[in-house]
Amino acid sequence: MRVRTGRFRLYAAVARGGFRRYATYRTATLAGVFTNTVFGLILAYTYIALWDERPGLGGYDQSQALTFVWLGQALLTVMALMGGGFEGELIERIRTGDIAVDLYRPADLQLWWLATDLGRALFQLLGRGVVPMVVGALVFDLALPTELGRWLAFLLAVLLGALVSFAIRFLVALSAFWLMDGAGTSQVAMLAGTFFSGMLLPLNVFPGALGEFARALPWSALLQVPADVFLGRHTGVDLLRTYAFQIGWAAALLTAGRLLQAVATRRVVVQGG
Amino acid sequence: MAELTRVRECLAQVRDGLRAYRLISAMWIRSLMAYRLSFVMTAIGNFAVTAFDFAAILLMFSQVDRLGGYSLSEIAFLYGATCTSFGLTDLALGSMDRLGKRVRDGTLDTLLVRPAPVIAQVAADRFGLHRLGRLLQASLVLGYALVVLDVDWTPLKVLMVPLMLLCGAGIFAAVFVGGAAFQFVAQDAAEVQNAFTYGGTTLLQFPPTVFAKDLVRGVTFILPLAFVNWLPALYVLGRPYPLDLPTWVAFTPPLVAALLLALAGLAWRTGLRSYRSTGS
Repeated sequence: MRVRTGRFRLYAAVARGGFRRYATYRTATLAGVFTNTVFGLILAYTYIALWDERPGLGGYDQSQALTFVWLGQALLTVMALMGGGFEGELIERIRTGDIAVDLYRPADLQLWWLATDLGRALFQLLGRGVVPMVVGALVFDLALPTELGRWLAFLLAVLLGALVSFAIRFLVALSAFWLMDGAGTSQVAMLAGTFFSGMLLPLNVFPGALGEFARALPWSALLQVPADVFLGRHTGVDLLRTYAFQIGWAAALLTAGRLLQAVATRRVVVQGG
Repeated sequence: MAELTRVRECLAQVRDGLRAYRLISAMWIRSLMAYRLSFVMTAIGNFAVTAFDFAAILLMFSQVDRLGGYSLSEIAFLYGATCTSFGLTDLALGSMDRLGKRVRDGTLDTLLVRPAPVIAQVAADRFGLHRLGRLLQASLVLGYALVVLDVDWTPLKVLMVPLMLLCGAGIFAAVFVGGAAFQFVAQDAAEVQNAFTYGGTTLLQFPPTVFAKDLVRGVTFILPLAFVNWLPALYVLGRPYPLDLPTWVAFTPPLVAALLLALAGLAWRTGLRSYRSTGS
């Protein structure tokens, strides 16, 4: 039991480190908030034009569509939809061979990076998510939840989304064991992340089968699902089903990451030996 | 006589700069070509990133016939024009946003001691030929728009298309250089530049009728991005100008580009003069 609490304390410290590390870049955070806000404004106006033409498109009214825009800006860096999480560093460590040092540490590789990434995500949520959302709410008429319960339900969906996001990027990073360069996979992951998360356009605006396909993919857990929870489209049993969808993808991808990590680690021994 | 030598000196400096730019970028191209497969992949990736942007517009038009009163072919024209201009600038100056990093880690010092203009070195640093992917995607959309557009072409309108692409590239170049100059002051603020470069080109993909009047006023009179493509493109399309501007403003982009470039050059000089190395 003592071992277990010790472990927990270790990963909590690692997560705090991840948080603090991003908190040091104050100017960069301010610059990021500014950029997210500018993009939020531009997108919001295009969505207004779109929903003026087709009210109720995708089952959203206009203020829900606008809320979706600002949620997208708020969660962009939290979910590292366009990259910028831990994966670049891990790829670099694999490429240079520093990963061998990490493997000697008495900590699990996947859990270690998960802890740093959750710390980072929490900072991005507070540092880069809140302000654009407030600006959006001041300029436009947003559909903000009035009950505390829905805010909490949203935060849980964000946490589960962050797990899925981490699991995807961990797989991306591990590909460097075989490719020696993560640029290609990172780029593909980034493209899939922006397109299939709903960042470019909400997934329920996608026509027909393309929409259904996109909503079944893991990336929808990153933005589409938390946004729909925020907008109150999943309640009661449906909300539990939504969480199950996120947990299912998180479990599947994290397990895949574990297996791949085991295979990859054996490769390191071969290379280093 | 003294003035003539000054002009000559100035021209020599520009020639030096271009030569340095050519040499450094050629070096980076050679280094990129050492990994040809990787080059092809990043170029395709660059193509795909922007292609997805256009795919989003196509998805919008799968649900509506018009956006802000404009048809798909008209928006494709706006999209193609601004993205081609931006692609040209991004190809030439896309590495300028790394300046803040160089100021932070002190590697800018290396560039200062070399006998070539600093701006040419910064601009050519890590010259990314794979950025052709973005340019190709943009020009394909522009080509598509030019084919399907229902426009009564006059010689003046035909001439307007290349003019607007070049001047647009010039205006974006001024934003890139001005943004880099700002990074001398705020070293960590590369993302602010993204708001104006990537944000600007996203804005200009859509017609001005989509946006609030104050936003349109801002990008016309304060940061004149509207001259990149809105004003000249609306002339080509025969559409009314935003803010009831007179017809002749469609022909002012060269002037605006020249003025902005001069201002950006001034800002760059001021920034470079204020630079204190991170060393002790």
